[in-house]
Amino acid sequence: MNQIVELKDVTVSYRENVALKNISLNIEKGSFVAVIGPNGAGKTTLLTAINGIGNILSGSVKVFGLDINSRIRREIGYVPQSLSIDPRSPISVRDVVMIGRSSKIGLFRYPNRKDIRIIESAIELVGIKELSHRPVGHLSCGEQQKVALARALAQQPDIMLLDEPTSNLDLRSQKEIIDLIDKIYQEKELTIIFVTHILSHIPASCREVIFMKRGCIIWSGGVDKALNEKLLSDLYDCPIKEIKKEYV
Amino acid sequence: MFEILQYKFIQNAIIASFFGGAGCGIIGVWIIMTRIPFVGVAMSHAAFAGAIFGLLFQVNPLLMAIIFSLISAALIGPVAERTDLDPNVSLGIIFSVLLGIAFLGMGLLKGPKTEALNFIWGNILLLSRGDLKLLIIIVLSIFLFLILLFKEIQAILFNREIARAVGIPEKAIFYAMIFLSGMTVALSLNTIGGLLIFSLIINPPSAAYQLTYNLKTMFFLSAFFGVCSCMLGLLFSYIFNIPSGAVIIIVSSVIFGLSFIFSPKRRVKQYESS
Ligand SMILES: Nc1ncnc2c1ncn2[C@@H]1O[C@H](COP(=O)(O)OP(=O)(O)OP(=O)(O)O)[C@@H](O)[C@H]1O
Ligand SMILES: [Mg+2]
Repeated sequence: MNQIVELKDVTVSYRENVALKNISLNIEKGSFVAVIGPNGAGKTTLLTAINGIGNILSGSVKVFGLDINSRIRREIGYVPQSLSIDPRSPISVRDVVMIGRSSKIGLFRYPNRKDIRIIESAIELVGIKELSHRPVGHLSCGEQQKVALARALAQQPDIMLLDEPTSNLDLRSQKEIIDLIDKIYQEKELTIIFVTHILSHIPASCREVIFMKRGCIIWSGGVDKALNEKLLSDLYDCPIKEIKKEYV
Repeated sequence: MFEILQYKFIQNAIIASFFGGAGCGIIGVWIIMTRIPFVGVAMSHAAFAGAIFGLLFQVNPLLMAIIFSLISAALIGPVAERTDLDPNVSLGIIFSVLLGIAFLGMGLLKGPKTEALNFIWGNILLLSRGDLKLLIIIVLSIFLFLILLFKEIQAILFNREIARAVGIPEKAIFYAMIFLSGMTVALSLNTIGGLLIFSLIINPPSAAYQLTYNLKTMFFLSAFFGVCSCMLGLLFSYIFNIPSGAVIIIVSSVIFGLSFIFSPKRRVKQYESS
């Protein structure tokens, strides 16, 4: 009943490349969905269709039952797959996290004490406090990924779209960030859509999985059923064995 | 030499240098940071072509310059958004078309072309009181716009897509930035000239960019360098009796050269083992 995201017959194409083919998808409020699929399946495109920064050729996308506009985007946190940042960019890590907060603060206003507290705590949560005064272009990919997550957290959104947020992280940070996402999900009653290639990175509270391939959703269902050798072998067109039992 | 300050046209020139320099310094930061320097060139040549056509059809050249640069601003916005064509390439094409139109207009002009030539290298003495008032109004609006929307502008300069994704009305603000840039360029045409203003848009922010990692400081330094270039340019052009536009460009290039040489961004920290 509580559909927070509704996609109906959505098609997205980049010139001659059709990246999403007539996708329909409903996501309930408070769910935690993992999106899995090979490179080029259309996972990133799906996320940009939801937050409206991609161009939709046909079909409709509704979030909170409404068409996307900037007021709705305020409630959607987005961590992109990668961003190329000019190393000489005159903008610090703290300023970037503040960008996440800025639409919540509103036009013509400056951050107040509460906003500053939220920004500081987002920085602390993802563990980039020592980096906060560095120019953001000087950070490594993994560090920049943490900054992007802190920016999305500072937004205090209702929906989080995470595009491979752990792909560049070291072993310890992977675990910390996955646990952090898990914790925030449980505390804040968010709706999370999480794209990943690494099945063991699916956080424990994630209960639903969507498989995408060549612009289509080929399967969706519970996590317990998803991590099945046959399904995964079909998804990736190659035999997949040894799924780690502890995550099933 | 201070007695020259009594002359109205000298006072006007000084005021125009101050506001024009600061305005170009600020819009220059926008243009540099969005990585589409050709916006500056395209817009300045649109203003230039407009002024020439104003002369040709005997309409107020300034009005035509404003109209032309606003039309080019309206074209530039969508062009900058296309992902299938490098905006600098498409802007380069727009720029050359505009230059062609401007020279076509020059060719069609009858009689002596001194007035038209003034739009190429600028003649500060052409500045009327009305032009000056308009310039001051636009530059003050730029200051206000920058102060009130600083965090949104910062987000847009960082990454337009992210700015849109977090729910900033990025499009409206971006178009306002282009509009204000177009107006500033058109209004600085008299002081600096259509061919030379491009360097006043690019040099001060590039110099500032060499010196800081803080956007606020960059805006401040760029505006300051813009004002310095214009003021010093004016002074030297008076002392040596040479065209002001050319001197302004040389001064701003020297400022850029010095900042580049002394840039902390070029410094490399040595590793010291103890
Ligand atoms: N900017 C673009 N221009 C043209 N085609 C694109 C563009 N972005 C994506 N595509 C195409 O759209 C399809 C889907 O791309 P998308 O980025 O959504 O894949 P993905 O599932 O996120 O892949 P990955 O796992 O590599 O991140 C691909 O076939 C790709 O070639
Ligand atoms: Mg992707």
